[in-house]
Amino acid sequence: MQLEYLVQQIINSVSIGSLYALMAIGLAMVFGILRLINFAHGDLIMVGSYATLLLNTLGLPFWIAALLGILISGLAGVVMERVAYRPIRGASDVAMLLTSFAVTIFLENLAVMIFRATSRPFASPVILSQVVKFGGIRVSSLSLISIGITLVLLVLLTIFVKRTETGISLRATSQDLIAARLMGINVNRIIVTAFIIGSVLAGVVGVLWSARVGKIDPLMGFQPVLKAFVGSVVGGLGSIPGAILGGYLLGIMEILLQALLPSNLAPYRDAFVFIILIILLLFRPNGILGTTAKEKI
Amino acid sequence: MLKIEDLHIYYGHVHALKGITLEIQDGELVALLGPNGAGKSTTLMGISGIVSLRSGTIQYDGMDISKKDPQEIVELGIIHSPEGRRIFGNLSVLENLRMGAVRRRDKSSLKKDMEEVFSLFPILEKRQHQAGGTLSGGEQQMLAIGRALIAKPRLLMLDEPSLGLAPLVVKEIFTVIKGLHEKGVTILLVEQNARQALRIADRSYLLETGSIALTGTKAEMANNPEIEKIYLSRADEGSVQNAT
Repeated sequence: MQLEYLVQQIINSVSIGSLYALMAIGLAMVFGILRLINFAHGDLIMVGSYATLLLNTLGLPFWIAALLGILISGLAGVVMERVAYRPIRGASDVAMLLTSFAVTIFLENLAVMIFRATSRPFASPVILSQVVKFGGIRVSSLSLISIGITLVLLVLLTIFVKRTETGISLRATSQDLIAARLMGINVNRIIVTAFIIGSVLAGVVGVLWSARVGKIDPLMGFQPVLKAFVGSVVGGLGSIPGAILGGYLLGIMEILLQALLPSNLAPYRDAFVFIILIILLLFRPNGILGTTAKEKI
Repeated sequence: MLKIEDLHIYYGHVHALKGITLEIQDGELVALLGPNGAGKSTTLMGISGIVSLRSGTIQYDGMDISKKDPQEIVELGIIHSPEGRRIFGNLSVLENLRMGAVRRRDKSSLKKDMEEVFSLFPILEKRQHQAGGTLSGGEQQMLAIGRALIAKPRLLMLDEPSLGLAPLVVKEIFTVIKGLHEKGVTILLVEQNARQALRIADRSYLLETGSIALTGTKAEMANNPEIEKIYLSRADEGSVQNAT
């Protein structure tokens, strides 16, 4: 019984880690190239979720609504880059960070105005809310589907960044912007690509996260993006493998601590997670996979 | 081929280039010399479109390219191998070379061109799957030159290819540059290693604090006492600064 409970919790933690990892990838790609910590990335989750819910209530089947919602989230990412971030390209890191807060505040308040601040139920199909049994182990179908979808996306992403010219250019640009320009790499196109990938992944997270929580609200993106940010810092800010690793690490620690801590300490789970991460960063200030921060121009 | 007239560049309030005029003919190897901070790299960055010009013109085959962005300039065949090599450290040697071909229209001959680079620098073939950042300084310089060659330059601009390399490697790099020149590649070579550069350059320009102090053909430069005075003494000073 104890072992089965542990296995259940591990599957649960990997599934939530998957969502953090997908979020962290988007943050890492954009940070790698622009040195921009895009806190508005979380609001893309919200955009994708509301778009899915809206299209679903308008009568589209859930999966089609979800697919369109994810694409709308991708589109929102492109618009965000074009409207908010391109005009301040090359500004100081602080100016970019403040801009990302401004985008967050704008999007969240826009959503409050349109949809009101109260949460809405997010109805997902039965297949996402079933319990699958393997012997004595009971896991939710949503956890398994989340893990499966994430694995497929990670494989596709790896093929993209390792094999395609655009993917290799993306890695090159995030390492040395000037050298990339001297090669003739179209940096604008690469930046837009990074935003598209990141915001499509955020859209996927939106759908899976909402199905998990069962309701959505305009501020729903804040907590996941914060966790994903911490995950990407722990993994090594700007590194895609680091982001994936950090995302999973965070999810696993979160759920395992929840499961293993005595019940009177369980509410302080996040505090314990962050204590562990702070200790980790004391020993590896650049994150697990981060190299010694090289100067970037 | 390339004609620069009265080029001025500022970095903020710093007047980095104070009216440079220079010309490169088809097939020439032209050296741009001068002590640290004279404006050599800035000149190349201006030609590549990385830094914007305050005034002056850059003509390439009679076309004004001073307002073009780096991407268009690469497409025109002006390829700039920057100071400090700027290899993509996390990319493999092959991937680095592939980045040289981003703007090429004919990618069919890419494999053949890679083999040509490998025959020029056999060590790169051995290291082709290794990350660029794990190569030695000399190997990285070879990769930087190889990456530029993959782009099929009509004008190859090399910025300090000998910087920080062991004498034997410097010799090898210079032999390759000379070989490229003999094969007909037009080269603009920026060097603080003046002696070596003067030996292989058809013509040279000597920059001092943002202006051209001296220019001449190989023969004229060879016996010019001014060079010693302006440059060589200060180059030692410069290399001391580099080392510290």
